[in-house]
Amino acid sequence: MSTSTTPDTGSDLLVVRDLTKHFPIRKGLLQRQVGAVQAVDDVTFSVRRGETLSLVGESGCGKTTTGRMITRLIEPTGGQVLLDGRDITHLSAGKLRPLRRDVQMIFQDPYGSLNPRHTVGTIVGTPYRLQKIATPNGVKRAVQDTLELVGLSPEHYNRYPHEFSGGQRQRIGIARALALKPKLIVADEPVSALDVSIQAQVINLLEDLQSELGLTYVMIAHDLSVVRHVSDRVAVMYLGKVVELTDRDALYERPMHPYTIALLSAVPIPDTKRRTDRDQIRLTGDVPSPVNPPPGCRFSTRCWKAQEVCRTDVPPLVDLTPGHQVACHFPENVDAVTTTVV
Amino acid sequence: MSAVASPVLGGLGPAPADAYLSVRDLQVHFPTDDGLVRSVDGLSFDLARGKTLGIVGESGSGKSVTSLSIMGLHAKGTATIGGSIRLDGEELVGASSEHVRALRGKKMAMIFQDPLSAMHPFYTVGHQIIEAYRIHNKVSTKAAREHAIDMLARVGIPQAAQRVDDYPHQFSGGMRQRAMIAMALSCDPDLLIADEPTTALDVTVQAQILDLIRDLQRDFNAAVIIITHDLGVVAELADDILVMYAGRGVEYASATEVFEAPQHPYAWGLLASMPRMDRVRAERLRPIPGQPPSLIQVPPGCPFHPRCPYAATVGSACRTVRPPFALDTSGHYLACHLPPADRAQVWETEIKAML
Ligand SMILES: Nc1ncnc2c1ncn2[C@@H]1O[C@H](COP(=O)(O)OP(=O)(O)OP(=O)(O)O)[C@@H](O)[C@H]1O
Ligand SMILES: Nc1ncnc2c1ncn2[C@@H]1O[C@H](COP(=O)(O)OP(=O)(O)O)[C@@H](O)[C@H]1O
Ligand code: SF4
Ligand code: SF4
Ligand SMILES: [Mg+2]
Ligand SMILES: [Mg+2]
Repeated sequence: MSTSTTPDTGSDLLVVRDLTKHFPIRKGLLQRQVGAVQAVDDVTFSVRRGETLSLVGESGCGKTTTGRMITRLIEPTGGQVLLDGRDITHLSAGKLRPLRRDVQMIFQDPYGSLNPRHTVGTIVGTPYRLQKIATPNGVKRAVQDTLELVGLSPEHYNRYPHEFSGGQRQRIGIARALALKPKLIVADEPVSALDVSIQAQVINLLEDLQSELGLTYVMIAHDLSVVRHVSDRVAVMYLGKVVELTDRDALYERPMHPYTIALLSAVPIPDTKRRTDRDQIRLTGDVPSPVNPPPGCRFSTRCWKAQEVCRTDVPPLVDLTPGHQVACHFPENVDAVTTTVV
Repeated sequence: MSAVASPVLGGLGPAPADAYLSVRDLQVHFPTDDGLVRSVDGLSFDLARGKTLGIVGESGSGKSVTSLSIMGLHAKGTATIGGSIRLDGEELVGASSEHVRALRGKKMAMIFQDPLSAMHPFYTVGHQIIEAYRIHNKVSTKAAREHAIDMLARVGIPQAAQRVDDYPHQFSGGMRQRAMIAMALSCDPDLLIADEPTTALDVTVQAQILDLIRDLQRDFNAAVIIITHDLGVVAELADDILVMYAGRGVEYASATEVFEAPQHPYAWGLLASMPRMDRVRAERLRPIPGQPPSLIQVPPGCPFHPRCPYAATVGSACRTVRPPFALDTSGHYLACHLPPADRAQVWETEIKAML
């Protein structure tokens, strides 16, 4: 099944079309496939050069899986990934190597994603060695320059990850991703393990690097306040599907999908005056299992607007206003001028 | 309360008459191979029934160690505990572990950040709630089971009568968290400590859990401590807020005061550094420079001085003299050397417009 929106490739660095990942579930001696985790299903979006597109949604909705397909860390079940207009979906290992320079990933866990037995110099220098990049002043110098770029000191070259704080480790991960001057960085929850004061340092760093180096970001996050701060556009995911995709301001000021509205209204506001005057929507129940997603609209089991048609027909992701895509049979705020949820 | 700082009372005066829990100058230190970890160093606060205290601070600031000390859950011989923890008039520091254990469940209960650590994987959810209930209530297993089903239904577990026989791993993360809350609340505790009860949960589930804590507090008139690093969560629930830094209280006042007129430079930094959905989007965030200190080598003087933009204006005291935790002219308890007039001026001219 294909969505009705076809992204154009002109100004787009990355285009993702009908991207799908089903993880097989196998059982028994013969390891027969008995089902599949429908982690990502027919996801379509594009990312413009120099912008930040964020993927948001609750745990398990398929954000990381989408990110890992874009960076080709896992093989898609279906669909296409185009980088600079070139189809990279099924590149062989050999042809992947130049791609690895252009697309890099920053991982969520600043503790688990760095090898504890390697020095910072080795960690950040490995990409140069693997890619056999010529470094005019030697790899060490190149690594030290990158360390300075991310706000670490060149003297950190010989130190080990455990000697660093969470925020500094995340900087090491960013340095490693930047080493080869990529075009696109997929950052999977780059600040969610960090305390607020440190989180702000790393967000500012990512923004500075973007403008200095002309980077394009796909940012994966679940903190909606952080997402509003960092994004140009936002795609909201629910159970493996994109349900709404639009400009940051449109999403926060005029959300149309009921799930987006519920998500925004659930964010606790750090203002004691707002305790009583907020119009909050409370979802009941949990997100259903991606092994047996509900037929029709996947949100229909928790949606307060659900009608019969929602339980039978999958709502397509369509442009409701220019640049504002929504997958819902009964969207909100379509003719509203501006209404604010929070 | 006395306005004169008393080192023995940790800055706060004697406990007010309505205090159900009263902590004074609490010290919790762990001797380790690397040195002495001063996880909690002179903490004081009061909490009445029907009220909620929010404790906020960065990770490692001593929040969990504080709650485990109140619950008497530090492994034997690991921690040296000093100061005073009075629960319903009774001193817990130095009390026998059997005695403190008997208070758990009915007088105090705790919701942990990680529900799996609080639930036994080999017993059904229902079995665990039944056992917890029967410790304090002489009832038949059948009656206890009815009660467990009732509690699970109250916390929003669908088909509680069937799900009561499930094992913890058969529940989703949000359901486990709710089941643990059901367990903690099964004996109507007078004091409920919720340590990051929603940090691992999605916002829509978090909202359900916060509603639940609010409702149950109203119904049982419990005293609640909510510990979190999410300022949004405390703004939703807390009557009073205690801001911790490096194992110490740095600011303590009503929630409204802390959000609308914070007085401590660390509280200013925290509030200014977070992106806010309810404000015009800032072009750039304002982080606190540097990083939280090691609790083995706590900076001398004010532990915040290496990161504090105002330390220079105060002079050497910030680097050498520990600021007492005392009632300030603002009506907040503060640990900071900034003279009140300077503080008021910085607040009015630099900070107020920023928050
Ligand atoms: N290797 C795998 N095998 C089977 N199922 C998987 C695998 N990887 C992910 N899944 C499942 O796919 C779904 C999407 O997972 P994914 O990691 O993309 O979620 P996410 O949106 O990144 O969530 P979170 O916010 O928790 O990181 C989940 O149901 C997950 O359990
Ligand atoms: N059993 C222990 N032994 C030694 N140090 C500990 C122990 N438990 C906690 N700590 C230390 O005490 C400090 C405060 O921890 P904690 O209260 O868990 O912080 P948080 O505010 O994040 O809950 C940390 O530096 C932690 O490493
Ligand atoms: S399609 Fe129906 S169930 Fe799905 S979000 Fe829209 S109204 Fe709700
Ligand atoms: S005592 Fe000094 S260093 Fe500490 S918060 Fe106050 S001004 Fe800053
Ligand atoms: Mg993920
Ligand atoms: Mg903790």
